[in-house]
Amino acid sequence: MIDTLRLTAEDAKGLLDRGEVSGSELRAAYREAIDARNEELNCFLTLVDSDDNDGVPIALKDVISTKGVRTTAGSKILGDYVPVFDSTVADRCKAAGLQLLGKTNTDEFAMGSSTENSAYGPSRNPWDPTRVPGGSGGGSAAAVSAGLAPWALGSDTGGSIKQPSALCGNVGLRPTYGTVSRYGIVAFASSLDQVGPVTRNVRDNALLYGIISGRDDCDSTTVEVPPVELPEAEDLKGLRVGVPKELNEAEGISSGVREAVRRAIDLCAELGAEIGECALPRSVEYGLPCYYLIAPAEASSNLARYDGVRFGLRVPADNYYEMVARTRDAGFGDEPKRRIMLGTYALSAGYYEAYYGQAQKVRTVIAREFAAAFERFDVLVSPTSPTVAFKIGEKAESPLAMYLTDVLTIPPNMAGLPGLSIPCGLSEGLPVGLQLIGAQFAENTLFRAGHALERAIGFDTVPERLR
Amino acid sequence: MAITRDDVLHVAALAQLELSEPEIARLTVELNDILAAVGKVSELDLSDVPPTSHPLSVVNVFRPDVPRPSLLLEDAFANAPERDGDLFRVPPTGAAEESLP
Repeated sequence: MIDTLRLTAEDAKGLLDRGEVSGSELRAAYREAIDARNEELNCFLTLVDSDDNDGVPIALKDVISTKGVRTTAGSKILGDYVPVFDSTVADRCKAAGLQLLGKTNTDEFAMGSSTENSAYGPSRNPWDPTRVPGGSGGGSAAAVSAGLAPWALGSDTGGSIKQPSALCGNVGLRPTYGTVSRYGIVAFASSLDQVGPVTRNVRDNALLYGIISGRDDCDSTTVEVPPVELPEAEDLKGLRVGVPKELNEAEGISSGVREAVRRAIDLCAELGAEIGECALPRSVEYGLPCYYLIAPAEASSNLARYDGVRFGLRVPADNYYEMVARTRDAGFGDEPKRRIMLGTYALSAGYYEAYYGQAQKVRTVIAREFAAAFERFDVLVSPTSPTVAFKIGEKAESPLAMYLTDVLTIPPNMAGLPGLSIPCGLSEGLPVGLQLIGAQFAENTLFRAGHALERAIGFDTVPERLR
Repeated sequence: MAITRDDVLHVAALAQLELSEPEIARLTVELNDILAAVGKVSELDLSDVPPTSHPLSVVNVFRPDVPRPSLLLEDAFANAPERDGDLFRVPPTGAAEESLP
C-alpha cells in the first residue's frame, strides 16, 4: 500500500531501486489519488496516460513545454497547443527517468497569486477547498500537498513557486536567476522568470533542483552551478541569519504569520545560528511598484507573439490587423490584457524613462541593499506570504489587493536571489511559509538551513482534513 | 497624470488588442489606479544610479557557429491555424492601412 500523501520522492526512488514497487504500480497509486481528489481540487489541466519512463512520477506546471502533451499556460489562446519539442527541464526530467503524470493548473501566463486567473477555473487548497492554493503555480502546489504527485515543477516570476508552496504547506524553491534553463518555458517576464521544484521536504527539493539546474546551450542566460549537496546536518552552527526589519514588519502581515515566523527564528538560534537584524529600507517599499512596471513591460513584449499566425488561437477576419487584434481580444483573459496594457504604456514614447527606465534603476538599488545584507549574513528570513491562504473570490475584484500578496517574495526576485519557502507552522489551521533568502548561487546554504529547520519544526505536511 | 479613454485606445492599438466597450471603461479606471501605485518609483532621485536589465553580469554569450538540425517543416506547421504549402497563410494586409497603429 503506497501512501501518496506521505511518500517522498527520495523514498519512492528507494522503493523502485530495491524492486519493492514497480514504476507502473507507483503511477497507478498517484492516478488513484488523482481520480479521488482532482475533481474537487482542479490541480491538473491535462493528464498523461502513459510514459516511456518508469521512474518517480512528476507533475509539471502547464507553462512548461512537453512534446506531444498539450501546454496551455492556463490560457484559451493556447487551448489546443501541443508543443513539438520538449523544454530543457522536461527533457532533463525525462533523462533522469522521471515519468510525467500531467500538467498542472496556473494563472493565465503565470500572472496571478491564486490560480483564479486560469481560463480553466481555479485550483483549490487541499487544506480548505474554499480557499486558494496561491499562485500562479497553485496547481503544482496543491497536487503535491494532496498527494496527487510526489513532486512537481513550477515557475516563479514574482513569487509563483514560493507563495503557493507557503499556502499549501510545501517546500518551494525559486532558484538563482540563471541556474535553470527557460528554453521551452512559456515566457512571462524574461529578466525574472525561473523554474524550480515544489516538494514535500527539503531533500527532495535539492534532488529535483540537481536534476533540472545547470548551463543549457539553448538558454544563453544560464550558467554553470555549484554541485548540489544533499543536506544532512541537523544544526545551524556557524550560520549567520539576518532578519530584515522591513520584510518582517511590512503592513498586512497577519499576527498568526508573524508569530509562526518569530518561533522559527527562535528555533534558528536554538539550532546554533547567530541571529541579527538588518534593513532593506527601499527594497520592500519600492519592490512591488518596481516589479509591476518591469514584469508587465516584459510581458507586453513576450505576449506579442500570440498573433494567430504560427500557432495558437486564430479568430478569422477579413484583414490581417483585425485578425490579430480580435484573436488577442478573444484569446487573452482580463489579467494578461491588463498587464499588456500597463506594460505597453510603461514602454511607450514619452513614458519610458519615467516608468520602465526608473524601475530598472530601482532594481539596482534593491540589488545593492541585498548585497550589503549578504556581507553580514548567510541567510535572510521573513514570511513568504503576508497571510495564510485567502478565500476564493476574496481578492478577485481588486487587481491591486492581489498584487500586494507578493510584497515579500518580489524584492529578492528583483535581485535574482534564490528563495526557499518551507512550512513553519499553522495559523487559523492553515500553513504558514517561512522564506529563506540566499545570496546568488547559495542554494546549498538554503537547503542546509531549510533541512535543519524542517527537522526541528516537525511540520506535518499532510492537510489535516486528509489525514 | 490621469489616463483617458483616448490613452487606453492608443495603447490598445499599440498592443494590437481590440477591446470591447466594457473593457475600455474598466481598463481606464484600473490603469489609473495601478499607475498611481507604481508611479511611486518616481519619488526616488536616482539620476546617478545605473539601470539593471539583468540580475547576472553575463555578457556576450556565444555558441559555436556550426550548423545543426533545426525544427522540421512539418513540426513548424503542426500548430499553424492556416497553412499554404510551405508558408503560414494570413488574411490580406493591404486593405486596412488605416488600422495600423
